[in-house]
Amino acid sequence: MAFEHRNLIDLREYSAEDIALILDTAERFRAINERRIKKVPVLKGYTVVNMFNEPSTRTRSSFEIAEKRLSCDTLNFGGTSTSTVKGESLDDTVATLASYKIDLIVVRDAHAGAPYKVAQKSGVSVIDAGDGKHQHPTQALLDLFSLRQAKGRIDGLHVGIVGDIGHSRVCGSLCPALKTMGARVTLIAPQTLLPADPATLGADAVTSDLDAALPELDAVYLLRIQQERLEGAPFPSLREYSMLYGMNRDRERLMKPDAILCHPGPLNRGVEIDAYLADHPERSVILDQVYAGVLVRMAALYLMLGGSEDGFAA
Amino acid sequence: MALLLRNARAVDPQAGLDEVCDILIRDGRIVEVGHDLAMAKGIERDLAGKVVVPGLVDLHVHLRDPGLEYKEDIESGSRAAAHGGFTDICCMPNTSPIIDTGALVEYVASKAARVGRCRVHVSGACTKGEQGDALAEMGDMAAHGAVAFTDDGRGVQDAGMMRRVMDYAVQFGKTVMSHCQDEGLVGKGQVNEGPVSTRLGLAGWPAAGEEVQIARDIELSALTGCPIHIQHLTTAHGIDLVRRGRQDGVKVTCEVTPHHMFLSEEDIDETYNTNLKVNPPLRSAADCEALIAAVADGTVDTIVTDHAPHADYEKAREFELAPFGMTGIETSVGLVVGNLVNPGIITWQRMVELMSVNPRRILGIEAVSIAPGSRADLTVIDPVLEWTVTEDQFASKARNSGFLGWKLTGRATDVYVGGYATMEDGVLTDEPMHL
Repeated sequence: MAFEHRNLIDLREYSAEDIALILDTAERFRAINERRIKKVPVLKGYTVVNMFNEPSTRTRSSFEIAEKRLSCDTLNFGGTSTSTVKGESLDDTVATLASYKIDLIVVRDAHAGAPYKVAQKSGVSVIDAGDGKHQHPTQALLDLFSLRQAKGRIDGLHVGIVGDIGHSRVCGSLCPALKTMGARVTLIAPQTLLPADPATLGADAVTSDLDAALPELDAVYLLRIQQERLEGAPFPSLREYSMLYGMNRDRERLMKPDAILCHPGPLNRGVEIDAYLADHPERSVILDQVYAGVLVRMAALYLMLGGSEDGFAA
Repeated sequence: MALLLRNARAVDPQAGLDEVCDILIRDGRIVEVGHDLAMAKGIERDLAGKVVVPGLVDLHVHLRDPGLEYKEDIESGSRAAAHGGFTDICCMPNTSPIIDTGALVEYVASKAARVGRCRVHVSGACTKGEQGDALAEMGDMAAHGAVAFTDDGRGVQDAGMMRRVMDYAVQFGKTVMSHCQDEGLVGKGQVNEGPVSTRLGLAGWPAAGEEVQIARDIELSALTGCPIHIQHLTTAHGIDLVRRGRQDGVKVTCEVTPHHMFLSEEDIDETYNTNLKVNPPLRSAADCEALIAAVADGTVDTIVTDHAPHADYEKAREFELAPFGMTGIETSVGLVVGNLVNPGIITWQRMVELMSVNPRRILGIEAVSIAPGSRADLTVIDPVLEWTVTEDQFASKARNSGFLGWKLTGRATDVYVGGYATMEDGVLTDEPMHL
């Protein structure tokens, strides 16, 4: 099947077939990641820039590992060395990078819509690694991959997304993508943590009652309480948040026997999840999600750059 | 020097006039309006097919002078006004420094008299530095010719302070104009709160953030007796509040902009076009319809542009970092004539009330009529001229229009200020003026 997307920014532009192709390709890369030598030359000669204008450890590491295993040449750009710190505009920074004749830019930025600007200005493919409160498509893809792996399917699953939905770029990508793949989605949060128009995300239901929703869910997706993004104190204390929306041993009893727990990380243990559930061998798929991150990022890079089949037939 | 304008359709509800006639002007005043007029010596202009109206007024313009001349200055901004068909503008005080003293009012007025290409009326700040915590010297500013007071761009946050502003301003007989934005509700809002803010991941600017202050200021006008003018009103409910206040006898007037009527939040898409980032934000399509209906039914007093020029590099930033505002003074007539007058939503008479008669009344400046004795401040409009909005034709220094690429119908072709042409056949003149 042909993959015709130039950019990976808004998963709402991706059909169920497109998403399935990425997940299937990620599955093929799993075999490579299980080998002793985990590197294949499929993207040899391509240059990828990791432009991280906002702090990131996990997403950045995951992309770097994915790129290295595909044999891309990579340039890490950002952190305290960012030109934007020196007052250069994003447009000028991107124009400079584009002059190096690169092939793809991975962008993380604090401002919604920045990846579109980067794509437009650079003329090369762009993967959004998280932009403001807008989108985080590779996170959603790895979540879908983990769900499919744990439950055998996505279609027909009922997924509850709990927490800071209004400030979450993860939910901005995940909720529409789950709908595209045929899942049922319930958003669970106090109204202070909901976006202005939850229906826009495509959710089937919105509730503030986690306990009432839990028995119906096949997967509980906990969003991180991003203390750096919370303005205007949307709940009185972490203690009360945990009381109302935290997953713990008591609440586990309300879950279906085979329901799983997902979390994009990093965890706030004791806030949105307790240690018992975070490390639960059957329910928690949190570390599987991290591994899936490498696989789907390899798949996305491979498909967008149109890599060769070298080394695949092992 | 005499000037004879021939054969234009003259529209002026104040004079009960709507017919093709001639207008004879001498020494900056209209001396005769009638048919087949003649003069011994002077300039004669045949304006057949055009509409002539009392000079248009835009009472909400940012000239950015003093201090922000890289965006616009008094000369370029007033040239843009002339190019857009305006004889008079009222400039906002949120410059650098803020216009909050008589000396600064005097600076703008005197520079405008020297380099301006239209009459420039100055509004002063209500509070010192628009900080919202102490009264500005409104008496001194009034003495130097300020026509109104406003903390435009920010708004007065504290209700007690706003009450003091209105209680104090009432002695000068000037209108207090209110930029309604409750900072507690609006916060870092970027676009209208709703589906679009959710989809684009941008902080929402809720309609209630505007409406609570509209309601507050109408109450305070009733309390203090100070007339209140609601600036750039954008919501259907805001219109209802004004309507209700007026029924209760409150002296409340309001303005709307073309961009809030003809653009909606739905125009903001994944291109994150920063020219559509304005304050207050573009609202829902239903709000647009309500504004247009209120313009037609008389609830809205005046159409203004909130002309807000910015440098290209400022608008080229990320959406959340780009400044609020779009230009508008050169597209207003085309948008109003093409979208409201020509389709019959409003009459020419109503257009003249909205853009010429009412703003002069709100500012308390000399009325202009197409009648003997009146100042010869006139705007001539070609109502069927079709044109496309492009960046290269603006007289403004700025190009941040939200209407780039739009095909408009109707355009001002000639503008006379005190009998002097500032624009002829669509081309700005450099004729010296003695206002």
